[in-house]
Amino acid sequence: MDNDKIDRIINKHRGKAGSLVQVLMEIQEENHWLPREVLEKVGEKLDVPLSRVLRIATMYKTFSLTPKGRHEIHICTGSACHVRGARRVLETVQDLTGIKPGETDSDSRFSLETVNCQGCCALGPVVAIDGKTHGRISPDEIADALKKYD
Amino acid sequence: MSEITLQIDGREVAARKGMTVLEAAKKAGISIPTLCHHEKLEPYGGCRLCTVEVEERGRTKMVAACLYPVEKDLVVKTRTEKVDRIRKMILELLLAHAPDAFELQDLALEYGADRDRFEKESSFCLHCGLCVRYCAEVKKKNAIGFINCGTRREISFIPEIASKECWNCKECFPLCPTEALQAAFVLTKALVFPSPLSELKG
Ligand code: SF4
Ligand code: FES
Repeated sequence: MDNDKIDRIINKHRGKAGSLVQVLMEIQEENHWLPREVLEKVGEKLDVPLSRVLRIATMYKTFSLTPKGRHEIHICTGSACHVRGARRVLETVQDLTGIKPGETDSDSRFSLETVNCQGCCALGPVVAIDGKTHGRISPDEIADALKKYD
Repeated sequence: MSEITLQIDGREVAARKGMTVLEAAKKAGISIPTLCHHEKLEPYGGCRLCTVEVEERGRTKMVAACLYPVEKDLVVKTRTEKVDRIRKMILELLLAHAPDAFELQDLALEYGADRDRFEKESSFCLHCGLCVRYCAEVKKKNAIGFINCGTRREISFIPEIASKECWNCKECFPLCPTEALQAAFVLTKALVFPSPLSELKG
């Protein structure tokens, strides 16, 4: 975790309680998860009680309170992707990585999440890996794609 | 502050501008059931048990009495068929979470709420937020807060703060309409309070 960068993000919003969500998002983006000490520091510097920081940090799915793997896989299981075979894609990914949605493997290589819509149903089934979208993907293709990430 | 009159259950009631319907009703001796309301705390509007029907310029709507400000010539009805139906439903939903909550029993009787209408999902917390808000607003300690969202939402003590502040306070305990709060405290104490031994060692 890069403390300098995190401090810089926090200092930018010093004393501004209204920037809480923004700060947490920037740190999440930078660090991929929100460690407890960081949340405490955010509360202190923005002058927001820790109870509220925790309420917000646990409220939104964007925020992670546990470390994430190096690569984040988001599989869309919304209705359009579902009818186009998202379940089989999800099963393949689960088999290959050994993790279920919400989990991270022990080598911290992958984290897996399901999402409900990525906003491009015509491309279903959609999988995003580290923000890069793979559309109309088949179980075989996703198995190939995963090999490129280490 | 200027006095206005409004009508509650057919009676002319005097109130001050800025008062809520609940306060005006109370002053006139008309009772409206509440669960998440507390005089020392900011209005919250969480439980909706205080729902009443108001009529304004010929239109009626359902509002939370603990939030809704009085207005001149407002017509309020605190017990209509619709109001009773809403309260009954709220009570039945709450009873699925805390079937034995003391405060719910008399209300359930009054509104004919069936405690077995919905499948039990005993979380015991009614999400009234009294404990959380009392700690934040009155004691200013913020030792307890809500976490997670939707059906997973629950109260949670902050161990670092609770282990220092709660021993001599516990003023939120009697506010809780169920025993969820005390249970959560005991659990936090047992699981995550720093043990006296580790504190001695520093
Ligand atoms: S623990 Fe009790 S006081 Fe606190 S929110 Fe739940 S029901 Fe209300
Ligand atoms: S008392 Fe009005 S919403 Fe709870």
